[in-house]
Amino acid sequence: MSDAREATADRIRHLLRTEGAAVEENTLGFNQGRYDSVADLEDYEGLKHRAREIKADAIERLPELIDEVTARVEANGGTVYLASDAADANRYIREVASEAEADRLVKSKSMTSEELEVNEALEADGVDVVETDLGEWVLQLADEAPSHIVAPAIHKSREEIARLFNELFDPDEPLETAEELTMFAREKLGEQIREADVGMTGANFITADSGTIMLVTSEGNARKTAVVPDTHVAVAGVEKIVPSVEDLSPFIELIGRSGTGQDITSYISLLTPPVDSPVVDVDEPDVAFADRDDDRAFHLVLIDNGRMAMREDDDLRETLYCIRCSACANSCANFQSVGGHAFGGETYSGGIATGWEAGVHGYDSAATFNDLCTGCSRCVNQCPVGIDIPWINTVVRDRLNRGGDPSRFEFLYEELVPDEEPSGIDLQKRLFGNYGTLAKLGSATAPLSNAIASLSPVRSAMERLVGIDSRRELPSFERETLRGWFASRGGCQVSLADADREVVLYADVYTNHVAVDRGKAAVRVLEALDVHVTIPSVPESGRAPLSQGMVSTADRRASEVFAALAEPIDAGRDVVVIEPSDLAMFTREYERLLPAPSYERLSSNSYELFEYIYGLLENGADPDQLRSGGEAIAYHAHCQQRTLGLEVYTTAVLSELGYDVLESDVECCGMAGSFGYKRQYYELSMDVGDRLREQFERDPARNRRVVASGTSCVEQLSDLLTRESEHPVMVIDPAD
Amino acid sequence: MSASPIDRFTRSLEDLDVAVTRTDPAGFTETIETIVEPPCVGTPLPFADVSVPDVVDTEPTPRTLEAAQTTVTAASMGISAYGSVVLPSRPDGSEQVSLFTDLHVPVVRESDIVDSMAGAIDRLGPRLRDGESAIIATGPSATADMGALVRGAHGPKEVHVVILSTDTEGSQ
Ligand code: SF4
Repeated sequence: MSDAREATADRIRHLLRTEGAAVEENTLGFNQGRYDSVADLEDYEGLKHRAREIKADAIERLPELIDEVTARVEANGGTVYLASDAADANRYIREVASEAEADRLVKSKSMTSEELEVNEALEADGVDVVETDLGEWVLQLADEAPSHIVAPAIHKSREEIARLFNELFDPDEPLETAEELTMFAREKLGEQIREADVGMTGANFITADSGTIMLVTSEGNARKTAVVPDTHVAVAGVEKIVPSVEDLSPFIELIGRSGTGQDITSYISLLTPPVDSPVVDVDEPDVAFADRDDDRAFHLVLIDNGRMAMREDDDLRETLYCIRCSACANSCANFQSVGGHAFGGETYSGGIATGWEAGVHGYDSAATFNDLCTGCSRCVNQCPVGIDIPWINTVVRDRLNRGGDPSRFEFLYEELVPDEEPSGIDLQKRLFGNYGTLAKLGSATAPLSNAIASLSPVRSAMERLVGIDSRRELPSFERETLRGWFASRGGCQVSLADADREVVLYADVYTNHVAVDRGKAAVRVLEALDVHVTIPSVPESGRAPLSQGMVSTADRRASEVFAALAEPIDAGRDVVVIEPSDLAMFTREYERLLPAPSYERLSSNSYELFEYIYGLLENGADPDQLRSGGEAIAYHAHCQQRTLGLEVYTTAVLSELGYDVLESDVECCGMAGSFGYKRQYYELSMDVGDRLREQFERDPARNRRVVASGTSCVEQLSDLLTRESEHPVMVIDPAD
Repeated sequence: MSASPIDRFTRSLEDLDVAVTRTDPAGFTETIETIVEPPCVGTPLPFADVSVPDVVDTEPTPRTLEAAQTTVTAASMGISAYGSVVLPSRPDGSEQVSLFTDLHVPVVRESDIVDSMAGAIDRLGPRLRDGESAIIATGPSATADMGALVRGAHGPKEVHVVILSTDTEGSQ
């Protein structure tokens, strides 16, 4: 196990060094481009909603649509082949190439053809396969795999590409600029396309009512690939079919913006093959195009390869809605650092790749990178078809846990493993999944537990056995818990009779045992605003087990939490949560774990601390009771809090109290719960954090007091910066 | 949203850094002659009142296409919101010849300019169901695969849109 962790750490370290810089520059550009481009849309949310509806309906009616498109394409004069798997598809495509007596087949970019590994299959028959997308061509020459589903060669710098071309082609003048490299490639590929016998494309969408395939490109190579030769093969997963031409419009508006941040790509091809355009035949250079009478052949190869089974799988089904825009990759902090060579399986990369790989290649392929999704949820609002990508990652992690082998160290941690979870679960995952038990023990035995945990032999054993990186400072448990303190001071200082509102403050494990001070500050702030506070014993939210893929444990926790909070809610109390990741459980993930009415009741009565303070102030509470000041603050909101749109309240409250607030704009701090503690991901976590460090060490954030809403963000910032960071409630605590 | 579809179309093209010229049937020949870089090829325009000037060879072959610098073809629609032109695939080769030269000059009639993408797709629906094909082209061909944005990857490096004002509807 620890060898495997070491190998993972090595691989990530290698990629961070060799590809990290190019990947980071490109993905950050795409990510910002998407934010800018969708901001110009009048009704972005409406378009996304419509896009999701169309996909949901299409997948629901898929068998019928496959029949419809088949009939349509055949009526148009083309052929449709429904391939059950990659081998079946490749066999058919090889037959087509052989019938066309093809020496050369040119291709435009298609991830589905990568999934089939059709190039290798054709090359075995002696067909010269040429990728015509410039990025794909670079990779073909370099014999490398794509690192991004839309921009396959983003991991390669211009300098590397120039070196590659100069070595392989030895041009008279060495190539250097992007312009020179592009023109050189255009020239070379132009020749190859002119002499090709077959053109192969993918399809971004296929319309059942017309048999049209839609291709989204900017270079123009797909247009040439499809029409220059007389035989066109389009390969596409069955999920690409939508009912009608009119359904394409929201996707045309969303796909470029969501991907590389272009409002629209240069070319949206809407081809209803066989097309009317004449063939460009170099063997007949003087026959006018208008005088030709071509007999074009068109083959649509629809690929199942696991998709129809995904459709039957309640948790994987939504993967089929994916339009492969890459927004979930570009908005992912880990992806921004390592790219698809680490964050990807056999074919697909980025957040949704887990679903694709599990569905088409199997769980082993998904297992190699599934851990890299930290559940930060930043991709969720970016996905144009509203797929809950972190949920798919969690479900796959859960299934992987169930397929693993029992570990021989099991006895050591038996008590940490909830009954619902399979015994094959990795020790590291068990430990982090059951942090609550550990924390209780830690507080009960503090400061002894802290002293022991920090002893170097203990740290090295922890690193060896469960993979907690020894470079991380461990959270230190407080002897007196928040609930203990609250009880010993006699409970709330605002009597029920004097209170404007009543609040149940949710004492999450971390606030109760480790960051007790922020809990105390929260109590004082609420009291200052005339709120009667209680802190009942409520179970853990289930965030920790869920992030380790222990879905049934999380499910049980959800029920326990609801049972503990239902009565106070019915009694008119509001639930206030300090830790954003726990609030996100109540308001997001519980939708999948609780019956609908229970979820509705809990989520609509739960508030993030500053959201609640904001509401109190808006409703007439006296801001003078809180500590105000003109201090300059640098604020990092929690990733899940931002997905819920709740970070604005912290900024608003601090600003109202006179503070000058500057917000970070990185997607995630990189710690993401337990992720950054794990030996194999420490370097990656620090690399992600580096973007935040840079922002907070530069002007205008450089000398500001640092606050962050999430516990793991505070921990990470403490490791990244020389100055301390704390929860924003500490800033407005009236006590000091 | 008070601007006319044509003004919006022009503005979108300007945002894309794409040249645009408005003309009428009387000024059409001169407009085209000023814009093009010979040798020029193209395909006959399916519009009443105008035809491409003699400088454009409207019966291209693979050989003349190879040597050409400019292509002049008809666009069947313009889309204001995006500055896009719709290039139909026709037996005369208008779609793919537009892809081979450094400069492409699409000619779009004012009356064919629609406001939104949804509007354009609604018009395309029946045509595609009728077996037609078309390209929605926005600006020149481009790539960022070589480390920086370069115009002219496999297609034109430059696009110059000509908007033709015309009172009479041509045959489509
Ligand atoms: S899951 Fe959503 S965001 Fe990710 S590639 Fe697919 S469509 Fe795009």
